[in-house]
Amino acid sequence: MDFLYNFFISPFVQIADAPLFFVEVLTGGLLSGVMYSLVALGFVLIFKASGVFNFAQGAMVLFAALFFAGFMDKGVPWWGSLILTIGVMVLLAMAIERIVLRPLVNQPHIILFMATIGVTYFLDGFGQTIWGSSVRVLDIGLPQTPLEIGGVLVNKFDIIAAVVAGSLVAALALFFQKTRIGRALRAVADDHQAALSVGIPLKTIWAIVWTVAGLVGLVAGVMWGSKLGVQFSLAMVALKALPVLILGGFTSVPGAIIGGLIIGAGEKIAEVYWADAIGGGIEDWFAYMLALMFLLFRPQGLFGDKIIERV
Amino acid sequence: MIFKKLALAAVGATLAASALSAVPAQAQENGQFVPGLVYRTGPYAPGGIPWADGFADYVSLLNARDGGINGVPLVYEECDTAYNNDKGVECYEKLKGKGPTGGASVQPLSTGITYALMDRVRADKIPMITSGYGRADASDGSVFEWIFTAPVTYWAGADAIVQYIEAQEKDLKGKKIALVYHDSAFGKEPIKTLQALAEKNGFKLDLFPVPHPGLEQKATWLKIGRQLKPDWVIMWGWGVMNSTAIKEAAAVGFPMNKFVGVWWSGSEVDVRPAGMDAKGYLAAQFHGAGANYKVHEDIVKTLYEKGKGASDRDKVGDILYNRGLISAVIMAEGIRTAMNKYGNKPMTGEQIRWGLENLKLDDAALDKLGLKGLMAPLQLSCKDHEGGGKVVIQQWSGAAWTPVSDWITPRRDGFLTEMYKESAAQYAKEKNITPRTCN
Repeated sequence: MDFLYNFFISPFVQIADAPLFFVEVLTGGLLSGVMYSLVALGFVLIFKASGVFNFAQGAMVLFAALFFAGFMDKGVPWWGSLILTIGVMVLLAMAIERIVLRPLVNQPHIILFMATIGVTYFLDGFGQTIWGSSVRVLDIGLPQTPLEIGGVLVNKFDIIAAVVAGSLVAALALFFQKTRIGRALRAVADDHQAALSVGIPLKTIWAIVWTVAGLVGLVAGVMWGSKLGVQFSLAMVALKALPVLILGGFTSVPGAIIGGLIIGAGEKIAEVYWADAIGGGIEDWFAYMLALMFLLFRPQGLFGDKIIERV
Repeated sequence: MIFKKLALAAVGATLAASALSAVPAQAQENGQFVPGLVYRTGPYAPGGIPWADGFADYVSLLNARDGGINGVPLVYEECDTAYNNDKGVECYEKLKGKGPTGGASVQPLSTGITYALMDRVRADKIPMITSGYGRADASDGSVFEWIFTAPVTYWAGADAIVQYIEAQEKDLKGKKIALVYHDSAFGKEPIKTLQALAEKNGFKLDLFPVPHPGLEQKATWLKIGRQLKPDWVIMWGWGVMNSTAIKEAAAVGFPMNKFVGVWWSGSEVDVRPAGMDAKGYLAAQFHGAGANYKVHEDIVKTLYEKGKGASDRDKVGDILYNRGLISAVIMAEGIRTAMNKYGNKPMTGEQIRWGLENLKLDDAALDKLGLKGLMAPLQLSCKDHEGGGKVVIQQWSGAAWTPVSDWITPRRDGFLTEMYKESAAQYAKEKNITPRTCN
């Protein structure tokens, strides 16, 4: 009986009693969701262009953040570190294309997926071999103090993260829709062989898309690294991106943002209002449950491409 | 041609291997083998590395300065568990048979691995030292013959933290205390003690589990900081959970001087990523901070000035480094005590157990070891495997940890010891163990 009350009645009573706190939870959730979207975007880019689920995206976030923080620790100014890290990510993308992907052209997607698992272990180990496993503080001057707007507490850092993610999405949407390379990327995603037959250079396109995913990983790494410090756990932020992808769709850039917002808000509201009924600590698995519920009704996610195959 | 190159390479590799193994083989024959179950990789590596460095440096110091313990060299070999239970068991099995008397004492550095090894160490007769982690009721040596919890357990830590809070508040009646804990065997350890203390002292205890790894805690801290508004928050966290919690607490405006972490939530790696948000944050410790002790002077002079230190020079004296060092001291002094009875040769597990059960580190002994002030005196026995260790509360100034309390003695008599006994008896019943008689 207690459970029924705590599950079906108490949360709504609490929301009605303190609506401002509900707004605060909702805002906090939406802003957290934006941080998840930053990571999810990297997955979407590679999936969109090659149909491959890049298991290494979390490792790329850590790898980029390790180099950025490492260069800063060596006394390089932040802009210099940024340029150097972009260079590293470009080289990494080229190396992945040359060593891992090129020998696997036209192989089933599962083979490419397995290859990205190998890339994950390599990046995790290689990054830490160079820079060590200690926590690195990443301070690029972003304000971390809370701000009260109309009685609602918001963190300035979260607002900046939202602006960064929004700008990134806009830039990527423009890149995909308005540039020749963007259109070529979409063509490659639709059909490798057809794209090759009309003269689209598959190798270059793959190198470009891995570079862009690496740069998105860098942005995510810098934002998450500023929040948590640069450490191995950063690679685990990929776990937060998975439900976002399931919900938003693996092929949609705006889907990554909308999915992030829904997951972020959903898990925070569930943790605050429903955790007591279930036993607490539901935030992490609730995101997956929410995503799975969406899967039942829209297997391609909210904005993903509907797959129609002729038999 | 290719065959010739391969053959030459094989001969070269064999010669190199035999040259490299000549010295360790000799030491291994006569030395006391010390297995090191550490984690220098994985998500918890930032905490595991300084502990492992402190432990390794103390072993190296004993070898370099004193020629080992009573002239018996220590042969130390690490195995990386990555803080993973399966790998921990694998490492234990790999190392337990090495050396003339085997891996005669083991420190798993993980509550999960401690639980996984409990039956194995009992069967293998190998003492397991779990300093500041593991199973609290293992302090009852009559049931847990092979496990040593010195100098303190989580239950003792929880009691000491409540004593500190009580000293600040004068009266805990009607106060609200929240426990934010890692949702694992480790994180759940203090709950029973805190619930008993809540009942005894009249404060309200609210529990907030944080799922592994604890990257995202916004909802938890909104509940704590904006809804519950407790008088104090206690944290039982590990890894990235700690710095995230400190940042989120600051984001909801929770005062740092009312926020106390257990020792695994109170090292430099926990507060530095949180920047100035962490200033004023409190942590319970069972040892001092900094490198201003005689033992550190010896380590720097004997190892670091000769380029033989395991860590960076500036990391010597960090909280987790000191904890690794203290853990090595307890093991080494247990071995030394055993040698005083059984002779100066590599000790077996049973002999080291005797040594640990007769270990007495009073002020004079600690002074002699260069540890005075770094840790509180200890005296273990057959019955008491915890040894009466004490806890100190330290505060992060933004640059260093400074003590804000005297050594706090956990209330063992009439409280914790009874809880240990009750829980150990339950364990003995489950495992069909007949408790031994301790005189």
